[in-house]
Amino acid sequence: MDNVRQLFQYILSGLSNGAIYALIGFGFAMIYNATGIINFAQGEFVMLGGMLTVFFLAAVKLPLVPAIILAIVVSTIVGIIFERLAIRPLKNAQPLSLIIITIGASIFIRGVAMLIWGKDTHVLRDFSGNDPLYLAGATILPQNLWIFAITVLIIVASKIFFSYSIVGKAMRACSYNPQAAGLAGVNVNNMVLLSFALSSAIGALAGIIIAPLTMTAYDVGILLGLKGFCAVIIGGMSSGLGTVIGGLLLGLLESLGAGFISASYKDAIAFIILLLILFIRPEGLFRKKETERV
Amino acid sequence: MEVFMSRRILGIVFVLFFSFLMAGTVLAASPLKIGALFAVTGPASPLGEPERNTAVMMVDEINKAGGIKGQKLELIVEDTQGDATKAMQLVNKLIKNDKVAAIIGPSTTGDTMAIIPVVEKEGIPLIACAAGNKITDPVKKFVFKTAQNDVLAVTKIYKYLQSKNMKNVALITVSDGFGASGREQLKLHAGEFGMTIVSDETYGPKDDFMTAQLTKIRDSKAQAIICWGTNPGPAKVARNVKQLGIKLPVFMSHGVSSKKFIELAGDAAEGVMLPSGKVIVADQLSASDPQKKELLNYVSKYRAKYGQEGDHFGGHAYDAVMILKKAIELGGGSPAAIRDQIEKTKNFAGIGGIFNYSPQDHAGLTSDAFVLVKIEKGDWKLVK
Repeated sequence: MDNVRQLFQYILSGLSNGAIYALIGFGFAMIYNATGIINFAQGEFVMLGGMLTVFFLAAVKLPLVPAIILAIVVSTIVGIIFERLAIRPLKNAQPLSLIIITIGASIFIRGVAMLIWGKDTHVLRDFSGNDPLYLAGATILPQNLWIFAITVLIIVASKIFFSYSIVGKAMRACSYNPQAAGLAGVNVNNMVLLSFALSSAIGALAGIIIAPLTMTAYDVGILLGLKGFCAVIIGGMSSGLGTVIGGLLLGLLESLGAGFISASYKDAIAFIILLLILFIRPEGLFRKKETERV
Repeated sequence: MEVFMSRRILGIVFVLFFSFLMAGTVLAASPLKIGALFAVTGPASPLGEPERNTAVMMVDEINKAGGIKGQKLELIVEDTQGDATKAMQLVNKLIKNDKVAAIIGPSTTGDTMAIIPVVEKEGIPLIACAAGNKITDPVKKFVFKTAQNDVLAVTKIYKYLQSKNMKNVALITVSDGFGASGREQLKLHAGEFGMTIVSDETYGPKDDFMTAQLTKIRDSKAQAIICWGTNPGPAKVARNVKQLGIKLPVFMSHGVSSKKFIELAGDAAEGVMLPSGKVIVADQLSASDPQKKELLNYVSKYRAKYGQEGDHFGGHAYDAVMILKKAIELGGGSPAAIRDQIEKTKNFAGIGGIFNYSPQDHAGLTSDAFVLVKIEKGDWKLVK
């Protein structure tokens, strides 16, 4: 009985952590699908979301909801500036150069955050109390439910956006063939900018909803960014269900591994999975093999 | 050629002569230089910042009162950033360029261990503000410390558990120097107090969730949880304990004995107990406590100057400055004399406890230096 209860708790904890990874992975997928580059600064937007919310709450004394909205808006603006200053001027560069630029940007953003807010850890209070809810002997926090709900909402919204709206379709077109999309009348530059804006906003939102659980500091973006990257790799860089399942799977394996093997290997598990996927199924678990994407 | 050589030698002699002369006059008028190494920025800044503030405040106060026997002190503060390599460079700078007579700090055990060979070789007395047992065990001739040893904190927790008839404990420690040292001491001394360690978990300093480890602990036979780490890890542990609905008593180390822990852990901090220096509960001590006067004095001075509560860590620097002051008063300003006088410190009721140094003991405190405090309504409450 005890073992069953324990297993159930690991699964529940794993899924709730996995939802966070999925949401962060989602930001990666969005930029990748519009531009073909992997934005390693994604984790920094997660950090910005959390830190800005704390800042607006504590220093500017705004109520929670306006603070969250403002944090998302400011992060989005940072994302737009990043695209305009660092990505667009190098439009014809190789994706590899652009990826290296995103790494540079992430170090820059982290450094600025450290200078502005210092190295202290900060905490955001839970949206709706922190008394645990009991579920068949296992427990979960109300904040975890918020995370599940927001993740589902974002995924459904983006599915609709990419499949049915004209702008979403245009963004997808740009990723397949920017030249052809341009000829068909799509403003490629604007689509790239939009993808950066959207992914910064989603990253910031992820950072805000997890800050009550994990706390936030100038350097939380590194590890969370990497976990999100694992999730999206498992999911085959899709901006749909693949990444969600990738994130949940990663959270589950981490939690079960920490529980039944050893907590010391928790991060190792995530990265071993990442390596295995890259070696064995670089196209992700759920994507059909494609020949060259032209 | 000959003429040239002798002129050059003459020149050197002149320069040397003048520099000696200058040095002599400067020495007579200049204040006695004291070095200070603190981790003012970086991950250990919750330790180093109050230490720096306190040291500066105390030296100012000594100088305002006319110095020590008319000689003023000059405190040269350097920031190690909690980095042992930096600490090495800075200790060499303090000794070789600034020619300090004694050094207080560093803030962390890692920094301190790195610079011990240097101060030993140069013969400069060091009063460390870090907690690791190995700083003064075995005893090093020039090295003293004011922070309480880990083992005293461990003893305090185990004694309390013993008095409550609890035998099975679960450990959750951080996998860094502080946590590893605590874990070692906890395991080493468990037998003496009849404790059985039923679960021994660790977590990484940057981990976001400790739910997996705590789920194991929840289903073990543990009667109490002991967590050893510095912020923010223990705050996450406290939150995860609450999240998992665990009702066991939670003990933390003296590493979280600052208000930051209560701020980070929020409601989850309620009921957590930890060993701490007496300074955070100074006003709750009985009037007969020999440290009470000094503690209240320090707390009010610190508040007046910096607008914050003086804490446990600042206390280490306070004690270091006071012990140093006394030593200089008695033996003068040469490094060797300062060392000898520090070793003779007896019954000094400071912030960290009552210090009694001897040639065999350069840590100088007993387990009375710690009190057990409980967090109630977001504040510290002395457990009697």
